[in-house]
Amino acid sequence: MAAETSAITPTSRFSLIRRLRESSKAQGLALISPTLIYLLFTLVLPLLLVVFLSFMTRGAYGNIVYRVNLDNYTRLMDPLYLRILGYSLATAALTTVGTILIGYPLAYYIARTPPRQRSIYLFLILVPFWTNFIIRIYAWIMILRTEGLLNSFLLKIGFIQAPLEILYTPTAVLIGMVYEFLPFMVLPLYTSLEKIEPAQLEAAADLGARPHMAFLRVTLPLSLPGMIAGSILVFIPAMGMFVVPDLMGGAKTILVGNLIRNQFLTARDWPFGAAASMLLLILTLIFTLFYTRRAGFGEELLV
Amino acid sequence: MSQFAVELRDVVKRFPNPAGGEITAVNHATLQINHGEFFSLLGPSGCGKTTSLRMVAGFEWPTSGEIFIDGKPMGRTPPFLRPVNTVFQSYALFQHMTIFQNVAFGLEMERVSRQEIQRRVEAALEMVQLSGMGSRKPRQLSGGQQQRVALARALVKRPAVLLLDEPLGALDLKLRKEMQLELKALQEQVGITFIYVTHDQEEALTMSDRIAVMNQGNVLQIGAPVEIYERPNCRFVADFIGETNFLFGKVKAIDPDFVTVSLRGSERELLGIPLGKFHPGQEVVVSIRPEKMRLFDDTPLKLGVSPNQPNCFPIRIIHTMYIGSDTRIVIDFGSGVQLNVWEQNHLSTLDALAYYAPGQELWVTMRPENVLILPEEE
Ligand SMILES: Nc1ncnc2c1ncn2[C@@H]1O[C@H](COP(=O)(O)OP(=O)(O)OP(=O)(O)O)[C@@H](O)[C@H]1O
Ligand SMILES: [Mg+2]
Repeated sequence: MAAETSAITPTSRFSLIRRLRESSKAQGLALISPTLIYLLFTLVLPLLLVVFLSFMTRGAYGNIVYRVNLDNYTRLMDPLYLRILGYSLATAALTTVGTILIGYPLAYYIARTPPRQRSIYLFLILVPFWTNFIIRIYAWIMILRTEGLLNSFLLKIGFIQAPLEILYTPTAVLIGMVYEFLPFMVLPLYTSLEKIEPAQLEAAADLGARPHMAFLRVTLPLSLPGMIAGSILVFIPAMGMFVVPDLMGGAKTILVGNLIRNQFLTARDWPFGAAASMLLLILTLIFTLFYTRRAGFGEELLV
Repeated sequence: MSQFAVELRDVVKRFPNPAGGEITAVNHATLQINHGEFFSLLGPSGCGKTTSLRMVAGFEWPTSGEIFIDGKPMGRTPPFLRPVNTVFQSYALFQHMTIFQNVAFGLEMERVSRQEIQRRVEAALEMVQLSGMGSRKPRQLSGGQQQRVALARALVKRPAVLLLDEPLGALDLKLRKEMQLELKALQEQVGITFIYVTHDQEEALTMSDRIAVMNQGNVLQIGAPVEIYERPNCRFVADFIGETNFLFGKVKAIDPDFVTVSLRGSERELLGIPLGKFHPGQEVVVSIRPEKMRLFDDTPLKLGVSPNQPNCFPIRIIHTMYIGSDTRIVIDFGSGVQLNVWEQNHLSTLDALAYYAPGQELWVTMRPENVLILPEEE
């Protein structure tokens, strides 16, 4: 073997290729290469571009001046931006909690119905996605407006005397966000609830657990992986969301998503927008890592 | 303490059939199980064993009839209020809890104190030889170990009755045999009533104090293993438990202890014991177990036994199989009837004829009490 590789002769070159072909590492690399190429162009290169941009400066006319500096990041430490960031975190967290509160009973109920009905319910949950997102948000605006459906209805039945001011408040943003992200919570929750064997609950009852104890000690922990997966699917896009606050929050509500969008499209300050994106990315990463570690996500996923 | 640990009184359970109509899973079952008894429910797949057990546990409610546990009618009492615990066929261990937490779960539900839980869980784990495994997760145990955890989890509650649904079904044969012995020893040690579901007749025979044989939702016979094997009350039980030969015929004569049956399509007559009520001319089934017949060459004559005595017939050997402890022989009983006969190999010899050979002409005899006369069923 050693003699073969030391001299570069036609035969040894041939055997090098053959050895590459037989090496399991090379094989593995070859097998996932389509994925790698895909990731390179859709993830790695754009990300590098954003990282690069975030260290540049805006020119007088919105052009990019290629001078490495940290100005964008120091500017982000301004209380104004920190407040926006904190507010975004809170909104995303509340959205996640909201989708859990509404999505859990829903997923639980679907997982309990006979199998044939389940697919109908799951289908119904996905149906709204066939309509454009912006149109669905406008539908919500119609409902929540001062003279909208909700207020007219509540006024008519005499539940309230004056119309409620919901639209263009943080509450409206929250309603819109919870609505938008609910399916992302319901589907993973349903998957993990549906996987729980009925025998597990029978065993709990057999050992003396009343229904609420069986739920707390068996169903809830076993559905945790779904809840975590759902939280990640909701929290991350909720952090970057700008359409809902734009349309339903009025001018008062600005989230990081709006900030970034404005920097790129309105202020034409790409480097600052890139820096804000990096901050958002890092925050989200930290949050996700913390959350999954705490809940022992890796292990539970293997169930 | 009431007379019976568990009683099923005329219990019926019907399920709606997805294809329309109803399935009768349990059909007018009446059972009385004594305190401290090892009681088995035995029968083929789908005969309603699991359904019966689940009704005792409280997972299903009878369509009609009543179940009593320690004399108290259970009605629709939910499982968490019944003084019974179950060992599930699939074990149903809580995958998200450690072994210790699994076993402690039932005690926590009873609000037993921390120290007491600690003590009792450790004792339970020791009883099933799993000390030191408390911090593992169920997935980190072998099938046999998981089975023991399921057992400890149920026994730690000190139930009045332990229900076991084919608890050894998932284990390989060797482990199964070991666990059978352990389980039986454990039951004697703790003195708890066991209701044990199995479709393995050998398992039921070796472990049980009494067995109920079920088929198609009906309880056919209840009795000690020896009764079930030696005196089955119907053709199904005789067939399901152990091996047997069936012959068919008509009752010819009845005297106080024995019945004479003339065999169908032959001149031969068999003298046997009646298991049921018979009248002359009635169609019957005759069951004779293979180990209860004896083969002779011409020795019955030498022994002074007349070949005309009852149950003594000339036969011809068709086929033999030497399996070490026994020789299994198929004999031609005449008029196209073949019987299986098992002869124990009492003598150690290399003489081939001692183990019989096809074509040999011999005599078969059987004692009348080994010839069981059963009613013919439609
Ligand atoms: N929930 C149910 N719905 C409808 N039919 C059922 C249900 N549970 C049981 N059955 C039917 O009742 C009958 C008895 O079932 P059961 O599970 O008691 O049988 P088993 O004796 O335990 O059989 P095995 O040895 O295969 O476990 C079967 O015909 C079964 O199909
Ligand atoms: Mg069963």
